[in-house]
Amino acid sequence: MSIFKKIMTAVRGGVNDAAEDIIDANSTRIFEQEIRDCGNHLTKAKRDLTGVMAEEMAAGRNVERVQKEITEHEGYVTQALGKGDDALALQVAEKIANLESQLAAEQQGYDSYKSSSARLKSLVKKTEQQLAEYKRQLSMVKTTESVQKATSAITDNFSSSNSKLLNAKDSLERIKAKQQKFDDKMKAAETLESEGSDASLEAKLKEAGIGESQSNANSVLERLKAKK
Amino acid sequence: MNINKIAQHLNSLLSDSETGLAFDCLPIDGDVDVLQINVVGREEIPVFLSITENQVLCVSYLWGASEVKDGQLANMHTSMLEMNIPMPLSSFAKIGDKYAIFGALSINSTFSDIEQEISTLSNNALEIIEDMNEFLI
Repeated sequence: MSIFKKIMTAVRGGVNDAAEDIIDANSTRIFEQEIRDCGNHLTKAKRDLTGVMAEEMAAGRNVERVQKEITEHEGYVTQALGKGDDALALQVAEKIANLESQLAAEQQGYDSYKSSSARLKSLVKKTEQQLAEYKRQLSMVKTTESVQKATSAITDNFSSSNSKLLNAKDSLERIKAKQQKFDDKMKAAETLESEGSDASLEAKLKEAGIGESQSNANSVLERLKAKK
Repeated sequence: MNINKIAQHLNSLLSDSETGLAFDCLPIDGDVDVLQINVVGREEIPVFLSITENQVLCVSYLWGASEVKDGQLANMHTSMLEMNIPMPLSSFAKIGDKYAIFGALSINSTFSDIEQEISTLSNNALEIIEDMNEFLI
């Protein structure tokens, strides 16, 4: 069964019982152990691979060296034949025959290291993929568990504080009402502020003797004198 | 990253948050640490934050299955699926018998990322309740 299905089944079946773990702690521990084992295998496989690759490179160098030696000796045979020294040419040819059998052996070794390293490389890659997949699955299980625990903590908190989750529409209405109240307050504050600034402007004008003339004793006296 | 640091940060923002919302955080006791984040003025629909091994989870509960009008469940589900991608940063979920909206962040997120996430989640929650009005009792 895929981990998705396991989680789905567990969530559907057991979510009402918050105390029950989604996937029992024991199997999670076993799974974690499997992941650790897988990681250890991977480390070992990588170490092996490094060794085999080093051998492969060394064998490759040997093959090249012997090939070069053969080419050199083939040159010597041609030179010996050119000088008419058939006996020497034969001796060198024998050496070449030896080198060729050595080359075959070296080549065989090299091929075997090469196929081993290719096999190990693909094994390492597969193990890495497997490990990543295990980790992803474990993370899903742990997240599900954590969300379930968080949910039960939240539910407990709600019931202990005597507050309960309101109906969604009611909640939204309340929030909107609060927002409206806040907006109204802001508007009222703005109006007050602008009225306030009008008042202070008037005061400044009055101080400067502009606008409505101020009645004072002198002006009253002047007015009465003019009436006479 | 732990919930106490997040709580301290969000509480210290007061009204200076990048998103213009003010937060009031209180940790909830339980098997795992959960932070209840009340957005000031929106206390009815809090955001809950918990931290798992590799992610920071922010969840808001939307409505209970019992609040869905009779015969409207399939229509509501379809609308929610259709809204899921256009809705920025958040996704829908069902936890037990409650529908929820959530966002998951990397464990390496900054405070600013988390603040952004919570604000967006809160905005999305209000908007989606409004949008799904026709399906709800």
